[in-house]
Amino acid sequence: MISHIAILMENQPGALSRVVGLFSQRGYNIDSLSVAPTQDPTLSRLTMTTSENPEIINQILRQLFKLVDVVMVQNLTEAEAYSIELAIIKLIAPQKKVEQIISKANNLEGKILNEHDGHTMFEIRGDSADIDTLLASLKDEKFLEVTRSGLLGMTKGNVALNTNDQTKISYE
Amino acid sequence: MTSGGEALIRALSDEKIDIIFGYPGGAALHIYDAIYQQDKVQHILVRHEQAAVHAADGFARATGKTGVALVTSGPGATNAITGIATAYMDSIPLVVISGQVASHLIGTDAFQETDMIGISRPIVKHSFLVQSAEEIPAIVKKAFHIASSGRPGPVVIDVPKDMTDPKVEFEYKFPKDLYLRSYPILGEADSTEVSNAVKLLKAAKKPVIYSGGGVIQSDASEELVNLSKMIGAPVTNTLMGLGAFPATDNQFIGMLGMHGTYEANMVMSEADLIFNVGARFDDRITNNPKKFGLEAKKIHIDSDPSSIDKIINVDVALQGDAKLVLSQLCKEFENSKLENTDLKPWWSQINEWREKYGLNHNMLNLENQKDIILPQQVIQSLYKVTKGKAFITSDVGQHQMFAAQYYKFDEPRKWINSGGLGTMGFGLPSAMGVKFAFPDADVACVTGEGSIQMCIQELSTCSQYGLPVKIINLNNRALGMVKQWQDMQYGGRYSSISYEDSLPDFVKLAESFGHVGLKVEKFSELNDAMEEAFSLKDKLVFLDVLIDPDEHVYPMLEAGGSMSEMRISKKDKTF
Repeated sequence: MISHIAILMENQPGALSRVVGLFSQRGYNIDSLSVAPTQDPTLSRLTMTTSENPEIINQILRQLFKLVDVVMVQNLTEAEAYSIELAIIKLIAPQKKVEQIISKANNLEGKILNEHDGHTMFEIRGDSADIDTLLASLKDEKFLEVTRSGLLGMTKGNVALNTNDQTKISYE
Repeated sequence: MTSGGEALIRALSDEKIDIIFGYPGGAALHIYDAIYQQDKVQHILVRHEQAAVHAADGFARATGKTGVALVTSGPGATNAITGIATAYMDSIPLVVISGQVASHLIGTDAFQETDMIGISRPIVKHSFLVQSAEEIPAIVKKAFHIASSGRPGPVVIDVPKDMTDPKVEFEYKFPKDLYLRSYPILGEADSTEVSNAVKLLKAAKKPVIYSGGGVIQSDASEELVNLSKMIGAPVTNTLMGLGAFPATDNQFIGMLGMHGTYEANMVMSEADLIFNVGARFDDRITNNPKKFGLEAKKIHIDSDPSSIDKIINVDVALQGDAKLVLSQLCKEFENSKLENTDLKPWWSQINEWREKYGLNHNMLNLENQKDIILPQQVIQSLYKVTKGKAFITSDVGQHQMFAAQYYKFDEPRKWINSGGLGTMGFGLPSAMGVKFAFPDADVACVTGEGSIQMCIQELSTCSQYGLPVKIINLNNRALGMVKQWQDMQYGGRYSSISYEDSLPDFVKLAESFGHVGLKVEKFSELNDAMEEAFSLKDKLVFLDVLIDPDEHVYPMLEAGGSMSEMRISKKDKTF
């Protein structure tokens, strides 16, 4: 099963390598990963998917939270969350043909981005699995390249991965 | 106004550090100049950076304070890595400061540049790269807080040379408070879980208390003893936990695990309740986790939530500091109206096991012992001569297991060894750290002729600072533990374990550094030599004891088996 994990962490040099390093160090796999600063520039938000079993996921969450640079961890798979992935694809095909591909793609929204000399770039949004299906269906096309955002996600309602808290540690 | 180098040393002093262990080099020169110009922080010059970290580590284990090591960039930093990994595996509070090439040279493959933050990342609790000199005091404060709190561990501060430049000065301010966005430290455990634990403890017919290094880390020995007395259950300690419960107490059934006592491993195997206090179900303990404690309920106290349910799933998880949680349990146990279960039948079973194969069973028929010295007897002699009161550091191998089995530690922080990483070379430098902390105490390093040669250069440091540690060398002329495995699992094919013709004359070697060397070849001379070694109060004595080269460490758990599947001697086994 694919698990979807969101991490709020310090936007510090080295913080990302600690998170990624933890996965390789403990033998866990990362399937997708996306990271960028949040509205608070001192914090970054990282979302990742991994296909480890649930017991390992619990261990991963605890190990992640132990990192000093990691502020909060959330298992989006267990929460009521909205998730979406974006892919940008470039085919050697006329725009018309790509428009047909987009219109036939199940559960995905997409649009043409540009066309140059018969090279058409388009974006597509939706479930990762549907994007997988679409990519598989394109194998007979003249396929140039694809870039995927990794699965992004956020819990619905008032639960948020957000903090202004700083723990103050006082010394007499 | 201070420079970064001065600020670094002043901040150490503000953290109440008066001794650090290190080795200078190019990128650390500004720091060393700052050390020279003050007298609050004493710097101990070792002979190899690995030893600096081990010495700081020994200091930390013996005192409970945070140890500090200082090394230069490049090879200085990489030499420190083994020491850092050793401390990380045993959760020892250390701050390791490494020089780094100047900021503008980072990433250019400059002379003596290495990515210390990157190289040390998997073996530190946290690390800092100094990016502006003014933040040095705050970084030092954070580093000490992180290293010493919660589940302790080593913290690296990597300091580019320009950050300590004496020409760049600023106003020194040691912060009163510090801010960390997310660094929870656990205190007391959830009270429902505490009462659930007490219900299990009261109901158990065959309980066992299995305690580890966490009890020592949180200075919770007294609480452990109190609770153990109330429950009346047998207590076993891990290799890291020895001394947390007095070994001479009748409730103590010895160390458990790979080379644990027969009775401790049998108790673990037959128990209906396993109560883990500050240990981590390590593979040297559980043997095959699939066969571990199948009939037992399990309770686990740990200050690190990621240790809980990592290897073995438990029925009651008490996340918190061992000292506080044990106090909670004592109170709850006392106030509980539940009946205590009679443990007499359990104890008569345990005493039968003790009788059958308890330690010393292979020592008893030694009346007609010729003059061969058994390694266990050396530890027994050491115990007798030091009245069980010495700090014992050890290296790694057979001698370590014999020391753990036969030196009965009655107090915490007296047994100092590399448990998790198993670092040969740890013994002598860690003994130096202990001796600096407790100059008047007896400090002995139990070692073997293999391990001691891994950090033997420190005999010179001991000479420079006049450190009268006692080195008890169990010399079997081979890498004993490897040889034991080769005997047991590789048909006696001794691959790369011997060097008999090329061993140094340890007596002369010790003497060449100004120390005393004594060689013991006969059992009849053992006790006198041991007495002599400890009577020479002001001298480092290297006691080179030629022991039986064929002795194995027993009991020994059978690989892949349960905890009751043990080899008891070369001939006997339980399965």
